[in-house]
Amino acid sequence: MKIAISTSGSTLDAPLDPRFGRAVRFLVYDLEQKTFTLVDNEQNLNAAQGAGIQAAKTVVESGAQAVISGHCGPKAFTVLSAAGIAIYHCNADSIAAALEQHANGELQPAQDANVEGHWV
Amino acid sequence: MKLAIASGKGGTGKTTLAVALAQASTSAVQLLDCDVEEPNGHIFIKPEFTSHEDVTIAIPALDETLCTNCGKCGEICQFSAIVTIVNQTMIFSDMCHSCGGCILVCPENALHEQAKGIGCIDSALGCGTNHNIDFIKGTLDVGQAMSPPVIRAVKRKISPATLAILDCPPGTSCPMITAVTGSDFVILVTEPTPFGLHDLKLAVETMRSMDLPFGVVVNRAGCGDDRVNDYCSAEQIPLLLQIPDDRRVANAYSRGEGLLEAMPELAPQLRAMVQDISSKVVISAEGKQ
Amino acid sequence: MKEIIIISGKGGTGKTSITASFAVLSKNAVLADCDVDAADLHLLLTPTNQQCHPFISGHIAHIDTEKCSGCGTCLSLCRYDAIVAHDATYSVVASSCEGCKVCVTFCPEQAIDFPEQRCGEWYKSMTRCGPMIHARLDIGAENSGKLVSLVRKQAQELAKEQNCELILIDGPPGIGCPVIAATTGTDAVFVITEPTCSGKHDLLRVLELTSHFDIPAYVCVNKWDINPSMTQEIQSSARAHGAQIIGTIPYDNQVTKAQIAGKTIVEYGNSISAIAIKQIWQDFSSAIEI
Repeated sequence: MKIAISTSGSTLDAPLDPRFGRAVRFLVYDLEQKTFTLVDNEQNLNAAQGAGIQAAKTVVESGAQAVISGHCGPKAFTVLSAAGIAIYHCNADSIAAALEQHANGELQPAQDANVEGHWV
Repeated sequence: MKLAIASGKGGTGKTTLAVALAQASTSAVQLLDCDVEEPNGHIFIKPEFTSHEDVTIAIPALDETLCTNCGKCGEICQFSAIVTIVNQTMIFSDMCHSCGGCILVCPENALHEQAKGIGCIDSALGCGTNHNIDFIKGTLDVGQAMSPPVIRAVKRKISPATLAILDCPPGTSCPMITAVTGSDFVILVTEPTPFGLHDLKLAVETMRSMDLPFGVVVNRAGCGDDRVNDYCSAEQIPLLLQIPDDRRVANAYSRGEGLLEAMPELAPQLRAMVQDISSKVVISAEGKQ
Repeated sequence: MKEIIIISGKGGTGKTSITASFAVLSKNAVLADCDVDAADLHLLLTPTNQQCHPFISGHIAHIDTEKCSGCGTCLSLCRYDAIVAHDATYSVVASSCEGCKVCVTFCPEQAIDFPEQRCGEWYKSMTRCGPMIHARLDIGAENSGKLVSLVRKQAQELAKEQNCELILIDGPPGIGCPVIAATTGTDAVFVITEPTCSGKHDLLRVLELTSHFDIPAYVCVNKWDINPSMTQEIQSSARAHGAQIIGTIPYDNQVTKAQIAGKTIVEYGNSISAIAIKQIWQDFSSAIEI
């Protein structure tokens, strides 16, 4: 299974980017292979609107089946849920720590968006 | 003639002036409240509305039996209002700008338009003591983000034969621009304060970029300093009228009474100003022919 | 860290004047001017611009007249009256173009370009009251709320970096996109209104918006003595709509004098409104626990 984690860095020591829609990129970690790829999210930097939706599309297309992020708005949540992707909110210091929390079953899947949309 | 009353800064007296101009008029006039986020004209006109219509925008609806999830709709959409994710196509109607692009581009004809209500227009004919004011009020539903479609719907009620006074939204971005577009003349209302001057300059830049003839009315003259007047002189902008700062006006306004109720002596000055603007507009139209 | 926004519904009730006063009275705050259409906070806080960034958002259509065959397809498809005809060719009215890409996509000659649009700029500055993020939208640019959201995000990052406990947001008038973008996710809304029928009408629409987003609202009537009975009416209506009343400010001609002097009213002697505002700030800060 693959998990996508929002980040501005490029290694497992990097911190989480608490924003989902406007995160710089996603680190997509393969739990079986223990390898990862980096998926760029910069199409959203200058998007007129809909950053959350586009980020969700990027995550779905990466093959990830779960997402770990800080804040996820209602439209991104709708898209991810429709694709059957579990969303976890986490404020760990690094991607590695977040993955560990997930492996230990410490993270609960979100039932709803945890921030308001930005109407842009 | 289409006469728009606008400003950069909010709260300078657009509605106050628009209502007073309509009430001072001795012939048939339309007063269109285009400040659809916060329409206030009705407070002073006290209309008995006789017609109500919903304003809708067209948003896409999907026939899933025809959809192949090819993704072309999502590709053309600039607003993320429709997006195809693997094997489903989702619509976020509050993001939709009603451009019709997705419907045009769909190779399977799987999308059609449906109406979504975003606001309404209320109209009242023959208002005012002379029964000569047709009042049209546009209102955007609370929670809806975009006002331009409602503003355009209000402007479609303009009758070409009469004087149409448009009470416009504040600012210089899309709602104000949608309201003033196509006007014959724009009156920019300001106050003689640093905020008033700063925002007036933005409004003037906007008028010049749209090539619209305009003039300035200073409201609450005397409450601040002379920099607005000096600016108008230096920029050769017609200073059409100065309404003095008078607590009677503030008190009357607070009770929902118009400018002319506090200062009836202004009525002939307002009529003269409209007459003057009207001749400028005619001369300009003749010049262009 | 808390985010507070000052809005009004109706324009001209004193949002910017009061935000600036709060900026002076607060300690350790980041200031955000989200009235990107007609930003005035800088006139009182005189920021020194440290960084200036362009704001790019969306696209705009542009017809290459050399490739244009004059078929008129663009005009027939445009829903925003943004295409005009001239003799044998067509052009785009930039201020009306919605950036939807329909004309670009369907032009049979592919004669329409779709460049990214620079819509304004944003600034990260320093003021005597703390760091400030502000912006300027270009004339005619769309005000979807995206620049407002950017100003807020930059303010949030700055507050984190500098360990500030408060973000004070000067909000836009109205209830549309920019207000929604400025208000969602804030911890409290401070609504400043005036004792007029218009003020009351617009206040109630704003309170509908704050309940819609489930954000606590605190209402203050400015220039209350212009109409004391309307002030009372407004306060009862506000309470009935679930808002809390957080004081009143008397009409004070010193406010304009202070503005002309480039100062906030709380820095301009001890006028009646300055005294009221200082008390309101104390009460409001305890109410929201900062």
